[in-house]
Amino acid sequence: MTRSFFARNPSALIFIAFLALFTLAVTLMSEGLGAGLISTSFVKTLGKTLCLCLVALAMDLIWGYAGILSLGHMAFFALGGYMIGMWLMYARTEEIVVAALSQGGLPATPEEVQQGIATQIFGVVGSSDLPAIWSFAHSLPLQLILALAVPGLLALVFGWLAFRSRVTGVYLSILTQAMTLALALYLFQNDSGLRGNNGLSGLQNLPGLGQTSQDLISIWFFWASALALALGYLTLNWVVSGKFGSVIRAIRDDEARVRFLGYPVETYKLFVFTLTALIAALAGVLYYPQAGIINPAELAPIASIYLAVWVAIGGRGRLYGAVIGAAFVSLLSSLFTSGRLPDIPLGPVSLNWVDWWLVLLGLAFVAVTLLAPKGIGGLFDRFQGVIPPDRKGAPLGPDDGSLQEQEAQQ
Amino acid sequence: MTALLEVSGVSVTFDGFRAINNLSFEIGNAELRAIIGPNGAGKTTFMDIVTGKTRPDQGSVTFGERSIPLIGMNESRIAREGIGRKFQRPTVFEDQTVEANLILALKANRSPWRVLFWRPKAADLERVKELAQEVGLGEHLHRKSGELSHGQKQWLEIAMLLAQEPRLLLVDEPAAGMTPAEREQTTDLLVSLARTRAVVVVEHDMEFIRRLNCRVTVLHEGSVLAEGSLDHVTRDPQVIAVYLGRG
Repeated sequence: MTRSFFARNPSALIFIAFLALFTLAVTLMSEGLGAGLISTSFVKTLGKTLCLCLVALAMDLIWGYAGILSLGHMAFFALGGYMIGMWLMYARTEEIVVAALSQGGLPATPEEVQQGIATQIFGVVGSSDLPAIWSFAHSLPLQLILALAVPGLLALVFGWLAFRSRVTGVYLSILTQAMTLALALYLFQNDSGLRGNNGLSGLQNLPGLGQTSQDLISIWFFWASALALALGYLTLNWVVSGKFGSVIRAIRDDEARVRFLGYPVETYKLFVFTLTALIAALAGVLYYPQAGIINPAELAPIASIYLAVWVAIGGRGRLYGAVIGAAFVSLLSSLFTSGRLPDIPLGPVSLNWVDWWLVLLGLAFVAVTLLAPKGIGGLFDRFQGVIPPDRKGAPLGPDDGSLQEQEAQQ
Repeated sequence: MTALLEVSGVSVTFDGFRAINNLSFEIGNAELRAIIGPNGAGKTTFMDIVTGKTRPDQGSVTFGERSIPLIGMNESRIAREGIGRKFQRPTVFEDQTVEANLILALKANRSPWRVLFWRPKAADLERVKELAQEVGLGEHLHRKSGELSHGQKQWLEIAMLLAQEPRLLLVDEPAAGMTPAEREQTTDLLVSLARTRAVVVVEHDMEFIRRLNCRVTVLHEGSVLAEGSLDHVTRDPQVIAVYLGRG
């Protein structure tokens, strides 16, 4: 084991090189620092896509490697976004309120400022008091800690309850889906303290950077997202390439056997569940300032189902597959739903891409599951000449070895 | 000699069916024991109880010098105490290499944090190589274990059990699906293993048990019917009536 990490994981080196080139290219073409070939809004779309790739990595770890189909990871993503959004909105509103109050000549008292902020933020839901959950919103470090601690603790408690009772398979998927739905429904209420269905908005305006143009801010966030994705990729590659990866893949394939080897399977599942929730929350922290707005619809179960679709199309059980799937499908999705593609007339009806995109995505998902279970990532196996045998039929038993019926007949 | 594993007065009922009925059983530190009995006698349920898969309704199971109670512990905790189990069908992780399978089984700390930072040392790799050679898989370390033949998978699983270094080994029908030559090898291995640890073998095949040349416990309807040498139990009229006489 003297060879370096990259020598053992060439795909990680290729991935990082590719990501670095991509980041450089986008920077050189941006409006903020480059030739202005691509618009600031598209830079933001790309930055958001990188964040989605990071959540997809987390999803791949828990689903592709550990075999736990969680349909609730976008809840952790959105919770991270809400937590950072609270600080962004509070600090930004504070600036505005202080500026407005100082026009009277006398500096405002802290109580007046606080009252002004509460009225500004909560007027829309008919309240003028700052709820208790906003107690730390004035401080960026505290709110950043919360951005990881809240989703992390939720995952820890939820996972502990679910795994301890040995809920597995489709029942666990339904349970995670119920969790994200319950959270979304709770946040939709006006008295949840997070502005109900209005959500938090204006998150693209960074406090203290009112004079800086969005062209520049978008590039900063793009860099931060690329860095987070690179670090996330390397960390997860390190996690899955060692004995830990071996254990979680073994849990996926035969968890009872892993128990008899002495591994506490439930603790491992909880570990992976919480780790991936933290990664999802981190991605959310970077995503929502670029999106500018967050509302409870982001926690809808459909968001987490999309996440599963990305990973399935990209290829489960390989990290670059998840990234490719998330980037490919989400970029394609923003193209098809942009409304800029011309309709295709088909006699009496016309094919409207905005409406038909979901149908296409659904068909693609079914096709991938049935025809190419390895997803887009499987194409790389073809290039490398790794073609798994087409194993169908029953095992033949001891004498003919590991050949299965149809292989043996060839 | 104090017993390594002591099962006393254990009963378990599934939906009104009494699978184990007031079963008592003891095995010493370095002993080979065969368990026979007709289908439904409770052989597998007995193993399930010892390994923590099934929780009995009453009775006690204790293990080791300090007589640690095993009931209420989960499977992984019991495995860490030093009880290894081999299933009838070979269960290896087919998607991983022979080496990865053996490293998984290698005796080491099992907690997630320790496993996360675990890196193989030269001694570990040496031990893996040694184990693989012992079961004739030295050439196949880097092959995926799914490609191995049925017999090789059995051997790999045995090597994995050895890597775990259990103090008590429960083996469920080791001879199933093996060629006669492999059976002979298996008996030799089990006998030599039993010199350093306790081994319990559940088996149907009388010829196989005769070659093991050890004490035999006959189970019937969830409790012990007879115990002693193979010749002793095969002469027992009760055993003949319920088991051997049927053939």
